[in-house]
Amino acid sequence: MQNQEEINRLKNIVQDLLDEAKSQGATAAEAGLSQENGLSVSARLGDVETIEHHCGQGLGITVYFGQHKGSSSTSDLSAASIKEAVSAACSIARYTNEDKYSGLPEKERLATDFPDLDLNHPWDLSVDAAIELAIECEDAARSYHAEISNSEGASVNTHQGIHVMGNSLGFLQGYQSTRHSLSCSVLAQRGDSMQRDYWYSVSRNAQNLESAISIGNKAAERALRRLAGRSLSTRQCPVLYSSEIASGLLSSFIGAISGGNLYRKSSFLLDAIDSQVFPEFVHIHEQPHLIGALGSAAYDGEGVATHARDIVSDGILRSYVLSTYSARKLGLQSTGNAGGVRNLTIDPSALDFQGMLKLLGTGLLVTELMGQGINIVTGDYSRGAAGFWVENGEIQYPVEEITIAGNLKDMLKNIVAIGCDIECRGNVRTGSILVEQMSIAGE
Amino acid sequence: MKLLNLVKQSILTPVGIQDSDIEKIMSRLLSSPVDAADIYFQSSHSESWVMEGGIIKEGSHNNEQGAGVRAVSGEKTGFAYSDRIELPVLLEAANNVKSIVRQGQEAQVGLKQAVNWPQYYPVANPLKSLTDQQKIELLQKVDTETRKLDSRIEEVIVSLVSAHESILVANQDGSLAADIRPLVRMNVTVIVEEKGRREQGSMGGGGRSDYNYFLEHERALSYGKEAVRLALVNLEAEDAPAGNMTVVLGPGWPGILLHEAIGHGLEGDFNRKGTSAFSGRVGERVASDLCTVVDDGTLQGRRGSLSIDDEGTPTEKTVLIENGILKGYMQDKLNARLMGVKSTGNGRRESYASLPMPRMTNTYMLAGQHHPEDIIGSVKKGLYAKNFAGGQVDITSGKFVFSASEAYLIENGKITRAIKGATLIGNGPDVLTKVSMVGNDLELDSGVGTCGKDGQSVPVGVGQPTLKIDGLTVGGTSV
Repeated sequence: MQNQEEINRLKNIVQDLLDEAKSQGATAAEAGLSQENGLSVSARLGDVETIEHHCGQGLGITVYFGQHKGSSSTSDLSAASIKEAVSAACSIARYTNEDKYSGLPEKERLATDFPDLDLNHPWDLSVDAAIELAIECEDAARSYHAEISNSEGASVNTHQGIHVMGNSLGFLQGYQSTRHSLSCSVLAQRGDSMQRDYWYSVSRNAQNLESAISIGNKAAERALRRLAGRSLSTRQCPVLYSSEIASGLLSSFIGAISGGNLYRKSSFLLDAIDSQVFPEFVHIHEQPHLIGALGSAAYDGEGVATHARDIVSDGILRSYVLSTYSARKLGLQSTGNAGGVRNLTIDPSALDFQGMLKLLGTGLLVTELMGQGINIVTGDYSRGAAGFWVENGEIQYPVEEITIAGNLKDMLKNIVAIGCDIECRGNVRTGSILVEQMSIAGE
Repeated sequence: MKLLNLVKQSILTPVGIQDSDIEKIMSRLLSSPVDAADIYFQSSHSESWVMEGGIIKEGSHNNEQGAGVRAVSGEKTGFAYSDRIELPVLLEAANNVKSIVRQGQEAQVGLKQAVNWPQYYPVANPLKSLTDQQKIELLQKVDTETRKLDSRIEEVIVSLVSAHESILVANQDGSLAADIRPLVRMNVTVIVEEKGRREQGSMGGGGRSDYNYFLEHERALSYGKEAVRLALVNLEAEDAPAGNMTVVLGPGWPGILLHEAIGHGLEGDFNRKGTSAFSGRVGERVASDLCTVVDDGTLQGRRGSLSIDDEGTPTEKTVLIENGILKGYMQDKLNARLMGVKSTGNGRRESYASLPMPRMTNTYMLAGQHHPEDIIGSVKKGLYAKNFAGGQVDITSGKFVFSASEAYLIENGKITRAIKGATLIGNGPDVLTKVSMVGNDLELDSGVGTCGKDGQSVPVGVGQPTLKIDGLTVGGTSV
């Protein structure tokens, strides 16, 4: 249920902002306002550790004087501060150059249909109940096995926000949404080997969270299985990205077909539209109206309507990821992606995780990646990794202190299969992904 | 004290908060038997300007203010914040956070000024150090001069950012500490193309200063030159080798090694909890005797410097490793109290909306005896890494990575070919034991570092002399 009264109050503030911009001479303007409340509670070693009450707000405005643009933001919503924010933005617009591509979206592209996406499920959680839940989760992890030696604790988070945006074309919309999570991180120790791992669950509806006990157990299991890891000798072999980290591959792909990198010509997928980027079986699409999902929204960061659409079909790149500005720079139309993609989905095969291990045969299962070693201009990829060595489809031993490297262009083209072990906790929905061959560096 | 009054005028006067109001909030916090409590007020103004495609494309101004209220009892912390600095809101916040401990009596608190401490940067507002017209002209000059440097340049992006932040911390003993923190940063990115191959180079710098910093010694133009040089080097780069090899790290920014490999692992919270690979190892050898590493918040005008930390503790030059022996950890108040030591002035927070924790300031290794050319000359086959893009560490397993963005092969004591960027991976507790030569060329980075921990970002500095490490895994593709 949406608190329409509060949404209307914030809509009025946004409308005041837009009116103020007009009265200060702006020919067009766009404004957004967010308000957030929340509670975070963590417990460690069986007792409460922190209780944090969150209460934040902020607004931002962009003004246009013809095609000169200026922006400002503030956390102070008083009338005086709003006036100041608008004049700060207007003052900046006097110094920016004319940019013929800048400006609001075309009016006909703005969303006019606002389906209820079921994003708002407040969690009536007292501080005491949150403490109890965190302790239960951490207890499950700590009592899981004698080698669970220490803990970074478990935490419960619940947040509710209101987001309102409007522009001088008459668009003025707002909605409430919630986000709740439960997480746990523990250490395992055997001799000199100390390892830490975590597990979490996140949802817009607290009823859909994984149970505290299951989260604790998984965190413990994941820390334990990493004990006594070793490096590998330098080699080339197939690599299976577990579903928790496979989303990173798709995020790099999305980065390379995003308008900003394309018009700056800083992408390894420049002019790749209509060409074979993945093998033929790959289908990647966006589902912005998925009910209750974390990435769902009826409109993008500029108010442009979002649509379910294909990005890759038959392995061929069908569409870029564009905002109004980047689309104009490229001579194209906005794809409703100001602020990114929403519920990006790659269709799975029928193989579950065990099936994917069998298909891997002998090679590396990667469960953790470290560092930022991705060059989006060239596609060169080199990252720290940890995981497991697999032989004949069976996990042999944990592996750490290695790197995996390749070029994203080849890696995407050489995807062998996508598992049906789908990870849904983020904005990218993917199963584990098997890449035919990469370079492993180790001892 | 003049600074304290300036800060009160900038944060408290506009919202009508008096000393007596702070006393009321503090008394409310102390009505439960807490070990520590503080109220943190912050106000910040920042701006950014971007030039791209030969035009001044974007500019924005940001204004943020708020207060955070904290009570600590044993290992427990209660915290609440608001961006409305109003007495009823803050009293309510105090009620919420003191519930971390059970009932008690209302206490009386009288405010007093904290003792004086040295200032490591000017208080003037960097946003006003140049007129908007002058800022634009600076960006245009960098853009024009950079584009002239090479015909292969396709795009130049120049950004100019500054912030002016005032903070006021009221502690449970009634002491008030204040700081005014300027920060400026400029960055130049160029994209070059030759025969269909494209590469990018980036260089920037800054510090706790004002915009005039970029005009001194032609710094702004030098960032453009360096960005072009880096991009052109990478146009020639060949595939990086894969495997374990001798690595020579250049001076300055490669000190990110120290930040990742040992810095985070020596933060007090991880060590108090026993979750760091360095836990319980004070007094032990963790590096070769050539290595002395410090964390130093007291350097004049550096990006990572602070006169006081976000708990009101003056910063220090803290020795972390001395001649290879682990000396101590970086502490905030909570972890220092629980470990029975003193805060080292490393209690930092991203803003009023987040809790402080032990964080680095400027972390660097002191100079050694060797000439850099002798260090490179001593390597038969290895890697010389001069610039890096970033890093990460798992403080429990000790494994860390950092990604080279400019690197060369060393063959028979000579730098030969440029190679593509690659990630280097190692084990924090032993990497410094493999340091066999330390250069006499200590440099600090140009002022670009931002460190992330638990979702909180803070500006930091790193530095080191040229270092030789006998064996680090290089993550190239050339097996």
